[in-house]
Formats: sequence, C-alpha cells, structure tokens
Amino acid sequence: MIDFFLGHYGYWFAILLMCLGLYGTIMKKNLIKKLIGMTIFQTSIIIFFVASSSKWGATVPILDEKIGVANTAKYINPLPHTLMLTAIVVGVATMGVALALVITTYLRYKTLDESVLLKRMKKDNDN
Amino acid sequence: MKIVNYLIMIIFSALMIYASLSLPDRGDAYAVLNKEKSLAQTQNAASYYIHNAKKDAETENMVTVILADYRGYDTLGEETVILTAGLICFLLLRIEKNKNGKKKR
Amino acid sequence: MERKKDNPIVSLVSRTVSPFIMLFALYVIFHGHYSPGGGFQGGTMLAAAFILIRLSLGMETSQLQFKSSWATPLGSAGVLIYFGTGLVALLFGGNFLDYGFIPFTGTVAENRSIGILCIEIGVAIAVMAIMVSIYDDLLKGSPDD
Repeated sequence: MIDFFLGHYGYWFAILLMCLGLYGTIMKKNLIKKLIGMTIFQTSIIIFFVASSSKWGATVPILDEKIGVANTAKYINPLPHTLMLTAIVVGVATMGVALALVITTYLRYKTLDESVLLKRMKKDNDN
Repeated sequence: MKIVNYLIMIIFSALMIYASLSLPDRGDAYAVLNKEKSLAQTQNAASYYIHNAKKDAETENMVTVILADYRGYDTLGEETVILTAGLICFLLLRIEKNKNGKKKR
Repeated sequence: MERKKDNPIVSLVSRTVSPFIMLFALYVIFHGHYSPGGGFQGGTMLAAAFILIRLSLGMETSQLQFKSSWATPLGSAGVLIYFGTGLVALLFGGNFLDYGFIPFTGTVAENRSIGILCIEIGVAIAVMAIMVSIYDDLLKGSPDD
C-alpha cells in the first residue's frame, strides 16, 4: 500500500494540476483566465511525461564513459525528454497566437468577458 | 449550465485517477516503457537509442541525437509550426497607418 | 503608453547582463553535443537577451540592436538551413535528412555529428527570431500604444 502510494503520488500531483487547468478553462468567464488555465493544463502534461521517464538511481541521458551503455537502467528514458523539449517551445509559440487572438478580440468588441462577448457578437451578426 | 461544467470536471478527474492506478510505479527501471524488449518481443525504442546514440552519431547527448537525427523529420515539422505561429501573430496584429498618422485595422 | 523617465540602474544592469546571457546561450547551443542543451534552449535564451533589452530600454533604442523587420526573414532562414541540410543529404545520394551521406569529414558517424550541429544552428536562429517577432507583434497590437 505504502509502496503503491510512493510510486504514484507524482502522477497524482500532475493530475491535480490538470484538473486545475481544466477548471480554469471551462469555469472562468474571462478569456485571459481561460488562457492561463490552458497553459497550466499544458504544463501538467509536460510534468507527467517527465515524471514517467524517471528511473531511481539513474543519471541524465548523456553518455558517461565510466558507466557505459551496456545497462540501460543507468540512464533515464531519453524519449519523453525529447518530445517535451519541442512541446515547450511550440507551446510558447502557440500561446503567442492565442494572445494575439485575444488582443484582436478585445480591439474589436472592447470586452473579454465571455457572456458579454457572445451578446455583442450576436448583435454584430444581426446587423 | 454550471452543473454540467461541474459534472464534466468530476468525471474527468475520476477518469484520470482511475487511469493512473494501472500505471507502473514512477522510477521503476524495469517498467514496460523502459524495458529492453517491448511486449511484442521487438527492440524498445528508448533502449535502442541509449545503446546506439554514440555509435551512430559520435555525440554523447542522447537527447540531441534523438531530436536531430533519429526524429529529425518530426523536429522539422515542429520548427515549421513555430514559424507559422510567428507569421500568424504578424498577420493578426499588423497595423497599417494612414497618411494622417491614424491607426487602421 | 507614457513612459516614465528611464531608470539609470535598470538600463545599466540590463545592458551589462544582456551580453553575458547571449554568450551563455551560444555556449548552450554549441556545447549541446556534450552537455544538456541544444538549439531550442539556446535560441530561447538568445531571444531572452534581446527581449530584456526591449523591456528595459524601449522599442526605439532596441531597434539599433535587432530591427523588428529582420525577425521574419531570419526565422525563414533558420527553417531553410534545416531544410537545406536535409536536401544536401538527398543530393549526395542518401535519404532526406540522412546526414551520414554529406562528406564533411571521414567517417559516417562524424558526418552525422556535424550535420546535427548544422540543424541545431538553424533551429536556434528560427526560434530566436520568432520569439522576438511574437514579442514585438504583441507589443505593437496593444491598444494603448
């Protein structure tokens, strides 16, 4: 039981962050707060992948002449690190796009509140 | 409408916790993800990279070798995504100025 | 936006620190074969050095260092370096992005090492230019500018 807890609490923290991000994304009315929730969600996924790649007693995935490559248990799994490395930078770039969309929305409708925004968009469509 | 949102959140977190129960322990060096052979008795990708990175590319950092060599096509796609994001920002927020200095969108 | 008078401490510290950030970013890029690092990380740090100057000294002064209009061509150039390396490998008879066929030096493994360095440089240039360009665009689009 205690072993199970010690083996899984890292995942549960990532899941907690994920739920926090989902809460911000679907409950908050402000678009910027939704965006913050989305970023927290993305970060939680990155944390989950990095946590799943760890091995106890292993070192970073850089070849050490003293350790050699015979035993793969001596190096942590390099594949999730590679995937998340690109995911972080792409996440920043896509967040820039989302912020640009929010700015153009604000400049056009003068609000960031979701319900007011929907009302104004409807009025705009009727005209 | 609010109740549906709460319901979605509860179902989501319950599903996630349920899924996490069957994951291998964190830090287990002999989990399926980290094993030498996969379930279908073929070579696992991660162990292949650890064994052959130095031999194939004369580079100590395995992450660099995977990023740029084994999965170079993937990285080319990622870089195109970044360039596209920059171009989208440029196109969305470009401001044209009129002759009298007034901003026009 | 009405700028307050420039604080001399902020401008001096940021101007002093920025070159060292750039130097460390170049170290991260070119030492990525032997230590944690590579194109993505180093490019982001280079962009951080430029954005620090932009934050502290303002848009007009920082145009002397890195013009906003250079960003998009530089980003395209970075992607072209990456793509061109793959294409050169194709011309020498290998597959696309198979650097072992480009005759830089003797062995196939060393060719791959130098090919990886080439595309890391391409990635770094592209990421740096695009980050600076996103910052500039967001600042330009802000309503009270």
